[in-house]
Amino acid sequence: MTEHRTAQQRPAQTRPAQPWIDQGWVRIAAPAALGAAALVAWEVAVTALDIQPYLLPAPTAILAQLQAALGGIVAAALATGRNAALGLLLGAVAAVVVAALASRVRWLDQVVAPLVAAIAVVPIVALAPVLQTMYGATSEMPRIIVVAIASFVPVFITTLRGLRQVRPVHRDLMRAYGATGWQATRVVTLPGAVPFVFAGVTIASSVAVISAVVAEYFGGLQNGLGSRIASAAAQSGYSRAWAYVVAAIVLGLVFYGVTLVVERIASRWARVPVT
Amino acid sequence: MSAVEVSGVTKVFEVRSGRGAATVRALDDVSLTVAEGEFVALIGPSGCGKSTLMRLIADLDEPSSGDVRVFGMPARRARLERAYGIAFQQSGLLPWRTVRANVELPLQLHGAPAADRRARADELIELVGLTEFADRHPDQLSGGMQQRVAIARALAEHPRLLLMDEPFGALDEMTRERLQGELLRIRAETGAAVVFVTHSIPEAVFLADRVVVMSPRPGRITDTVAVERAPIAAGPADDAVRETDAFFRSVTAVREALHGREGAAPRGAEAR
Amino acid sequence: MRARGAQPLLFGALGVLLLALAWELYKALGPAEGVVIGGTVLLPRTTELAMPHVWDSVARAFEPATGSAGELVVVAVARAAVQTLGTAAMGLVLGALVGVLLALVMQRFRLADRAMLPWLILSQTVPLIALAPLVVAWGGRLELGALQWERWMSVAVIASYLAFFPIAIGTLRGLRAPDQEHLDLFRAQGVGWWRTLRYLRLPAAVPQLLSSLRLGAATAIVGTVVAEVSTGARGGIGRLIVEYAQSGSSDPAKAWAPIAGAVVMGLVAAGIVALAGLALRDYRRAEAR
Repeated sequence: MTEHRTAQQRPAQTRPAQPWIDQGWVRIAAPAALGAAALVAWEVAVTALDIQPYLLPAPTAILAQLQAALGGIVAAALATGRNAALGLLLGAVAAVVVAALASRVRWLDQVVAPLVAAIAVVPIVALAPVLQTMYGATSEMPRIIVVAIASFVPVFITTLRGLRQVRPVHRDLMRAYGATGWQATRVVTLPGAVPFVFAGVTIASSVAVISAVVAEYFGGLQNGLGSRIASAAAQSGYSRAWAYVVAAIVLGLVFYGVTLVVERIASRWARVPVT
Repeated sequence: MSAVEVSGVTKVFEVRSGRGAATVRALDDVSLTVAEGEFVALIGPSGCGKSTLMRLIADLDEPSSGDVRVFGMPARRARLERAYGIAFQQSGLLPWRTVRANVELPLQLHGAPAADRRARADELIELVGLTEFADRHPDQLSGGMQQRVAIARALAEHPRLLLMDEPFGALDEMTRERLQGELLRIRAETGAAVVFVTHSIPEAVFLADRVVVMSPRPGRITDTVAVERAPIAAGPADDAVRETDAFFRSVTAVREALHGREGAAPRGAEAR
Repeated sequence: MRARGAQPLLFGALGVLLLALAWELYKALGPAEGVVIGGTVLLPRTTELAMPHVWDSVARAFEPATGSAGELVVVAVARAAVQTLGTAAMGLVLGALVGVLLALVMQRFRLADRAMLPWLILSQTVPLIALAPLVVAWGGRLELGALQWERWMSVAVIASYLAFFPIAIGTLRGLRAPDQEHLDLFRAQGVGWWRTLRYLRLPAAVPQLLSSLRLGAATAIVGTVVAEVSTGARGGIGRLIVEYAQSGSSDPAKAWAPIAGAVVMGLVAAGIVALAGLALRDYRRAEAR
């Protein structure tokens, strides 16, 4: 039984030309080289063309600010990170529960599907100001809710897909054993769906951080990265603002990295390919 | 009491295509009896309904009309009382479970205590010759080995009937022949009846006591060939059987039944 | 799995109704100060100011926005939504151009793919609000002859920044989708990269391209709304959301109108992309249903 393979699946030795690109080290070296070159070009351009900080601060200036304000940066990152983590957890758990119910109860699935499709095209952060009014100015809940809704969508979509991809042979097997619906779910469907859940969480992780940062822009406590970026820019401290931006990027990468590791572990346990 | 009793079964499928619905008569008034301990092969071209028939016996589908009985019980009850073991073309092993856990699966589903499960699983794994691989995962095994695990799993609850839908279909020829011999050996030890779906003539003749030939559109049984066995000291599972005249005669008989012709000379070059 | 005709709309409406019901139920049964656990307010307060009745919000939408006369809230919201949609469309087009171009380069030169991909992924972790002052300042310095750089152009650029990424990734995956057998066929005919692109890779990429356009449209809208707020652009729904929310302590019902408008706008955008999908039906035949 021949399988159709895309060009990417062909064994490396039959691919035409440039085999050195497939080496492992290129994956690190190429982007690193590009990044380093870009940084150097950036620094040179700012100095040579005498670009004002409000247009583009120099990398060295940003680095200096990072070092100077490190304590405050970390504190702000923790505040934003806390909101992002709580919202991600809340959204992911809700998504798994709703997806599990939707996969078993048909009418629920039909009601939820258009709602999720609608949420996916709407800027969730639009809810932030209104939620702030509902919860009062000192509450962190509006941001957590915004993150939760934003995280809900990708986790829901991938979990539902995972719950639906029971292979027919496994379904027949469960029927042949006279397994109850619950047994079949527990033994076959749920373990098979685990890597899909975590794939969704990985996607949601960077969304979570960005939503948390942007949600701070719409009022509430001024303790996180987003509000710091805004206030630094308002005070014309552009290098400082960019230092906070770098912190936000790092926070996003940390979230992504952690969830990616968890996803890999879950995939290896389940040994089910996530398509 | 016969192991399987299929009486006047018809199965009609509704197929929804671009131009509306059409009906497909997968099986048309089919009757079949399988005695206890008998090995019956179902053979025929694609669409003849052999897999459908097996699925009806397994109660994975319901007949549109007619009756299916397994050990005297209606098919549904037989399924719920685990009267049979089943193996598919895809081994259907759960990828996150070890070989042992996969073999234990039916026992676990039916509430057997852990110690008993483990003992039975180890026994079966030894029967199919995979003891060193008991703690491996399916993706670490070859296709042939995975099918052996699937067969072990099918035997977990001492079934008196085995239903097998082209279990060796995805394997290469050498592995197929080896597993065919193993299957006969296992069956000799357990004494189970077997309904085996295939579209390989030599496989059907090697394995079965009786080969039931089916034809498509609509699916029905056209012929039954009793397999001629040459007496061989080493036993029916020996590869030497494939070289006997009796084997070739039976292959020819099945082929002629499939092609619906009488008196054609055997064409050895085509025997796979 | 795709329901036909009006069914998803009906069920969606049912879902909205259920949400409204849940809102009113909580408002009727919930404590006035909200559900407080350990000092943190978990569920909101149920007073009239914090949680207006659903019907109050709907009624408010049909009253004048400010004062006792003048433009109705619905009209103001609709006008703003149209403007935002237009800006988002510009952003999507720009983002699609950049995204497809990047995908073509990355498919052709694997070194470019290796070098750029991590940075592209990283680019999406930069919060938009940091880009806004940057784009506005640079735009102000740009002189394109008679064309004046306007606020909404900055918004469109920021929206395209969000939109280009899913389109680039999706298109790249689509360009790589053809079976090896088909690629071998073209190679055996002595067909070069450009014509393989035109006759094989691009048609094969259509399903992925469409689904990434759908995603890109959604992100373009999100980016537009957020950028409108952070650049202070006038006339879009982003500004309206913030404005009405600011008077939320006295006029809470008004604040929900622009949000509802944003939802409708998003759905309209999704519908437009779906229509485009219909036009390219033939290229999607291999898609699993």
